[in-house]
Amino acid sequence: MPDEMLQLPLVNSLLERHKGSAGALLPILHDIQERIGYIPDAAIPEIAHALNQSQAEIRGVISFYHDFRTAPPARHILRLCRAESCKSRGAEELAAQLRERLQLDDHGSSADGSISLRPVYCLGACACSPALELDGRVHARLSAERLDALLDACREDA
Amino acid sequence: MMPSLYLPSDSLARAVGADEVAVALITQARERNLPRGLYWLEPLLEVDSPQGRIGFGPLTAADVPSVLEALQGDPSAHPLAFGLVEELPYLKTQQRLLFARAGITRPLSLDDYRAHGGFEGLTRAVAVGGEQTATEVFDSGLRGRGGAAFPAGIKWRTVRATEAAQKYIVCNADEGDSGTFADRMLMEGDPFLLIEGMAIAGITVGATYGYIYVRSEYPDAVATLRQALNLARAAGYLGANVGGSGQAFDMEVRVGAGAYICGEETALLDSLEGKRGVVRAKPPIPALKGLFGLPTLVHNVLTLASVPLILAKGAQFYRDYGMGRSLGTMPFQLAGNIRHGGLVERAFGLTLRELVEDYGGGTASGRPLKAAQVGGPLGAWVPPSQFDTPLDYEAFAGIGAMLGHGGVVVADDSLDMAQMARFALQFCAEESCGKCTPCRIGSTRGVEVIDRLLAAPDQSGRDEQVIILKDLCDTMQYGSLCALGGMAPFPVASALKYFPADFGLQASEADQ
Ligand SMILES: Cc1cc2nc3c(=O)[nH]c(=O)nc-3n(C[C@H](O)[C@H](O)[C@H](O)COP(=O)(O)O)c2cc1C
Ligand code: SF4
Ligand code: FES
Repeated sequence: MPDEMLQLPLVNSLLERHKGSAGALLPILHDIQERIGYIPDAAIPEIAHALNQSQAEIRGVISFYHDFRTAPPARHILRLCRAESCKSRGAEELAAQLRERLQLDDHGSSADGSISLRPVYCLGACACSPALELDGRVHARLSAERLDALLDACREDA
Repeated sequence: MMPSLYLPSDSLARAVGADEVAVALITQARERNLPRGLYWLEPLLEVDSPQGRIGFGPLTAADVPSVLEALQGDPSAHPLAFGLVEELPYLKTQQRLLFARAGITRPLSLDDYRAHGGFEGLTRAVAVGGEQTATEVFDSGLRGRGGAAFPAGIKWRTVRATEAAQKYIVCNADEGDSGTFADRMLMEGDPFLLIEGMAIAGITVGATYGYIYVRSEYPDAVATLRQALNLARAAGYLGANVGGSGQAFDMEVRVGAGAYICGEETALLDSLEGKRGVVRAKPPIPALKGLFGLPTLVHNVLTLASVPLILAKGAQFYRDYGMGRSLGTMPFQLAGNIRHGGLVERAFGLTLRELVEDYGGGTASGRPLKAAQVGGPLGAWVPPSQFDTPLDYEAFAGIGAMLGHGGVVVADDSLDMAQMARFALQFCAEESCGKCTPCRIGSTRGVEVIDRLLAAPDQSGRDEQVIILKDLCDTMQYGSLCALGGMAPFPVASALKYFPADFGLQASEADQ
């Protein structure tokens, strides 16, 4: 992807910001992902150079953590909670509803590019399970109807 | 004149519509306070009255006009009014030490915090000095609230006694267990309490820097803590001269990246160092060689937040709560299929039945109760026949269960325990750090074995798989480096033992 090169000045300014801070790789990766939407491949040599580490080490860290993406996500990111509390309140039925409506496995992006789907294990909303997070905002006490309404809203803003 | 209105601002209240209610109230609600933890009533609006605050909830934006109208006349006439909030038995019977300010103060108001006892612990710690402070923590009997329940005072003394050019305080705010949210509530609602606890820890053990490692699923907690740190620093509670002690201590917030294993303290330290979150072999313990190889005091949010009160009121005050070796109070968290989900802070020693039935009101679905998983995804499923067990670390260990971080996930009879057992192993496989084989490979094999068990056509086929499954659980339990692989067998074994029918087994088959 040649246009990733255009993001390098931004990557370098973010690296500059963390200079001198101990063990800053996670904050750096979070910053890059927040600004660019994912961790571009072209950023990896820059990060490795700035931290005096190998590219393999940086890639190893990126792949270890569920949060980091190496490709652009869809317009919306939906994370359905699949942990025990939400399961005890019907999370698996909601997961089936999502698979059906989006024609997706539990992991992936819908064909129209509107929604990236991912599981998450607990959002701290367990007193009001089931819950999901849509674009960083938690929605709890979900029902099939509320899930449908959230999906409709995601697809309409194309 | 319109009385003052109070509406919580934490992420879960907002997840069930508090923002929409706030918009509908616009200029009316005076303050967004921290939540009381009465989540089944959220969004919960509180209104001043001569007798005390009256509550309305759970509200939707559509209810706001009628509530405002009721406030002009007789508020108690509104169908969603439930009287004086503090008279609610759910709240009134609690023993709130840690969450004493919940619902009352504004999260980012230093004035509110100070007006309700804030910084009294730090003031006393500065006055009595490090040796006496460490002794108070030791004498209080406080045990780690992150799961392992190790005596806090021993760690404090160890770090304090270890000479090093640099020492650290690390707050474990990874709160990965399903069914838990007390750390989140505390960080979003009473951030200065955690900061005060860490500052006391810092000046006591001689650490000059601290990190709060917050899971990325809690962005609101991260934002609140960062603002609170700035305010505390500006007021002199952090920095070169903490609370007039002449000692330096400062800290920052770091954000996790969606890895459950980073809640394990040594994996967390590796993550803070910018590495993959892989568990370290112990020894050396973090108290001697922790972050960047230096002495580090690692504690859960609730452990650190208990310290200011212990200092302010003295060790004996704290010891007067609880039973046996489980002293003080624990904020239990009621979750899952429960009618009254929320936070219940009580001294150790009440029974699981009191918690689930008296506070929780039974299942939300109204169907029969099947079991409760206590202590997160590595905790056993406890059947109702054992619900009279007191909530005490040793009593729970005695029935093969654990209290962990105090989360209780309730299930009704429709939940399939074979699927939950399968999930426990699948979760372990997904979240394993990969360091040891029983956990990394065993968990994946375990999922396959459960699938074969459920698909087996006859009794001999099932018997064969049960034997393999139990064998595998033993290997994981005894051959894993940390509790992820070591305890994932607990929910599996308890599901098999108490709910054999869910696996298509007769009781006798599961028992052999
Ligand atoms: C798999 C695993 C996950 C853990 N997750 C957490 C967690 O999310 N929060 C926490 O405070 N402790 C967690 N712990 C416990 C920590 O390793 C450690 O015991 C704790 O941070 C020490 O603090 P305390 O003494 O205040 O309990 C976990 C342990 C294991 C084995
Ligand atoms: S038991 Fe699992 S998570 Fe724990 S150290 Fe071993 S591989 Fe890592
Ligand atoms: S288990 Fe789903 S929010 Fe906690």
